Order: sequence, then C-alpha cells, then structure tokens
Amino acid sequence: MTTQAIVFMLIGLSITWGGLLLAVSIQVKHSKKNNK
Amino acid sequence: MSENNTRQQFNSKLGFILAAVGSAVGLGNIWRFPYVLYENGGGSFLIPYFVAIFTAAIPLLILEYTLGNKFRGSAPLAFARNNPKFEWVGWIPTFIGGMIVLYYSSIVSWAINYLFLSLNLGWGDSPEVFFFDGFLNMSDGAFHLGSINLNILLGLAVIWGGTYIVCSRSIDKGIERLNKILLPILCVTVLFVLFRSVSLEGAKEGLNVLFTPDFAVLKEPRIWLAAYSQVFYSLSVSMGIMITYSSYLPKDSDLVNTAFITGLANSAFELTVSIAIFAVLGYMAGQNGVPVTEVVASGVGLAFIAFPQAFNLMGPLGSMLGVAFFATLVFAGFTSFVSITEAFITPFTDKFKFERAKAYKFVCLGGFLISSIYATGAGLYILDIVDYFINSFGIITVGILEAIVVTYVFGLKKFRDLANSNSIQKVGSLWMFSIAFIVPVLLSFNLVLFTISTIRDGYGGNTAASMAFYGGGTLVAIVVFSIIMSMLSWKNKEDLDFDVSEVN
Repeated sequence: MTTQAIVFMLIGLSITWGGLLLAVSIQVKHSKKNNK
Repeated sequence: MSENNTRQQFNSKLGFILAAVGSAVGLGNIWRFPYVLYENGGGSFLIPYFVAIFTAAIPLLILEYTLGNKFRGSAPLAFARNNPKFEWVGWIPTFIGGMIVLYYSSIVSWAINYLFLSLNLGWGDSPEVFFFDGFLNMSDGAFHLGSINLNILLGLAVIWGGTYIVCSRSIDKGIERLNKILLPILCVTVLFVLFRSVSLEGAKEGLNVLFTPDFAVLKEPRIWLAAYSQVFYSLSVSMGIMITYSSYLPKDSDLVNTAFITGLANSAFELTVSIAIFAVLGYMAGQNGVPVTEVVASGVGLAFIAFPQAFNLMGPLGSMLGVAFFATLVFAGFTSFVSITEAFITPFTDKFKFERAKAYKFVCLGGFLISSIYATGAGLYILDIVDYFINSFGIITVGILEAIVVTYVFGLKKFRDLANSNSIQKVGSLWMFSIAFIVPVLLSFNLVLFTISTIRDGYGGNTAASMAFYGGGTLVAIVVFSIIMSMLSWKNKEDLDFDVSEVN
C-alpha cells in the first residue's frame, strides 16, 4: 500500500474507534462515580 | 400523565446503545458507504465526512434523542406534546418507515436466500445472469408483475414471522435481547470477513484505490453535499426510530454522550467494512487482470453480483467467506428492519392504546402480504423507484422539517437545556447553529438538486409513468395518511397534557 493510503486509513480508524473508546470510557467512569 | 410514569424501558443503557447501533448499522453501511468513499475522493473524503458527522449527524441524533426521551413518546406523541398543531410532522417519518419496511424485508429475504446459496456457491458461473433471471425472475417492467418467487416469499415469511415472535414481547425481552445476541455475532462475522479478506492476494491494490486521497475534489461543493448526505442516511435519523427508541430510555439518561457513542460506533463499523469490501474487490481485479476501478460496484450489484463473482474465484474459501458475508448482511439488515417496524407501530400504540402484541400481529401479517409484491418479477423495479423517492425526497424533507419546527416553533434553547440536563458533556452554540442552520440549509440544497436531476434526467431508465405511480404515489400516500392520522382523536387526551419539567 502507498504511504498516503495507509496514513488516511489509520486516521479514519483512529478517529472512529478512538472516539468510540473515549466516549465509552467517559460513560463507564461516570457510571462508576454515580454508583459510589 | 400516568402513561408518562409507566412507559416500558430498556433494562440497561448498554441494551439501548446496542439497539440504537443495531438500527444505525444496516445494509447501507455495507454496500453504500464504501462506494461513496471511493467515488468522492478516497481518503480525502474522510475530511468532509468527519466534519459532517460532528456538525450535522450527531447534532441531529442528539435532537431526536431529546425529543423522544424528554417527551416520553414516539415521533407523533413527542411533536404533539410540544404543540398539537405539529403532530403531523411526527406522522410523516412514521409512514416513511412503514413504506421502507415493505421493501427492506425483501432485501433481507434475498440475503437469507444467498446465505444458503453460498454453501455450495449455488449462483453458478454467471452470478449476474443468475441474480436477474434465475433468482429474481425479472419481468420486463414495473407494471408487469410476472410470477411470485417462492424462495423470496419464504424469506419474507421468516422475517415478518421472526419479527412478530421477537418484538411482540416487551422492549427489554424483545428488541433489547435480540440486539444483545445479534450485535456480538455481527461483530464476529465482520471481523472474520475483514481478517480473511485483507490477507487475499491483491487486497492492497483495493485499499490503495479506496484510501489514496484526491485533495483537488475538496474544492467541489458536490463532495461536501455527498458527505452530509451519507452521514444523514447512515445514522437512521428522520425515520422516527431514534425518537421511539430513546422514549424507552430512563428519564435521567446522558443523551449527548449516548449520541456520540451511537454515531461513532456506526462510523467505525462502516469504515471497517469498507476495508473488507475493497480488499475483496482488489483480489477480484487481480485475478481477472483488470484495474480495481473496473470491478467497483455498490448496492445490489455489489452484494449479489460482484461479491458472488469474487467468491467463485476463491474455491472452498469462497463458500466460507460467502456464508460470513451474507450472514453479516442478514444480521445488520434484520436489526435495522426490526427498529423501523418498532418506530412504525409505537405511534399507533401511543395514540390508540392498541395492545402491543395485537398491533404486531396485525402489522406483521399485513406487512407480509403487501411486501409480497416485492417477491414478484417486478419487485426490483418497484423497490428501486420507491427507495429512490423515499431517500431523495421523503427522509430529507423530514430532516428539514424537524430542524425548522424545533428551532422556530418549539424553541431551540429549551431543547439545548433538556439535552444538557443529565449529560456529562454539554452542547452549546455550535449545536444550535447546526440544527438551526447547517442541517436545514444543506439538506435543502440536496433536496433541490435531487428534484432538478429527477425532472431533467429521470431515474435509472424508469418510465415517467412508473416513477409517478410508484414513487409519486408513495409520497402522496405518506402525506395523506399523516394528515388523516393527525386529525383523529387521541384515545387518552390527557396524554397530551404534559409537563416536561416533571421528567427532569
């Protein structure tokens, strides 16, 4: 694969999967805080 | 007011998120998004795509979650509780959903049939001829119905019957449990297709074609409109689904973060699937000695013609990959189908207090009978026309109406405060700007462009008579039914005496 293609693929995956993990972790952290 | 306190609920936040993701992740993510990404500049399309997600798709999702969750009802009830004069705005997406489930069920039925056909690559050496002549047995036009295909009819019976069995129960025992089972299985099948396809010879060529950026296209307005169009269709907004689902969420839910989770999960899914799709297309191009651009396809052509052609080239592996691919289509399609059916039925149970199980029995039986028209030789012609009119005009119009009515009639500040009331992250002026300006303006642009192109060029070689009868007729029926329903009385008129402050 070309470097450009790899970079754009990784950017796309990072934003979507990374953003999803961040949103889920915020949710989990908040839920734990509420349960205490 | 008592209904406000007794409305059934999802058992858990996870259950709701899985159901919302199951609804958003559908056939379009698998067969539409990869082509849109490729067609509109490859990797560089990701820039307008992400801008559109954060400035239109997720804001609209937050708005729909707020409507459903804070006003404790499906789309018509939520609109009527804000202002009874605008109840009809909630009925339009309801009937749009009613029209969609009729043809969506037939596509899922095709996928079920192909799941079994892939066990022995039963489409033979020429998948294209098999699909149109052997499988669909297509007639020569939309007005010539031809004969009914019994295999497709059987698939329809399985889908409508399965929906009745699963969804006529309560939300937590039906839809929530279904999504908790099917979503993890869907992830496994997608991961299998992904890992197997990227290791195919030629896969890299496919991914190069998909992700190599073409920055020059970013100057073209059509690319940005395509991005807003894609995220809008992809997230199942403007069909009443998210309003209905969120009405089953506990009142103190974090709506903003939930919208981000749903939106990003949907994008993560479609981007991941794109990699698998173009890896297979790259392999196919390599085996046939042609450029990848010559084998690129989308929609029905991708799933039922191009992919079977690729599976034929793989020998025994083709059968295995075929089963996994069509299982992915079936699971993604079925969870979306169930959500649209729920969004169609709930307004009637809200307004007329029909018993849920009886409403499902009536709708599933009627749905099966009416959708059998899509099992005829004219099924694909009719499906193509109805789908085009609903997507190009119906859903877009609802998006514009929702944004305008909430902004200029109900009051956007009230909705901002309601969305923020139990949310960790708060929405502010950017969200309000998106709903008041970006969403209606960009969707209006798309609506005008679709209208001009349909009048000027027609669509897909269909005759004007078939477009007017099936497409125009569908839109007229949606509007007429919506007006009639909004004029009928509520069984419990006190349901409309609603104080939103009691919810928070």
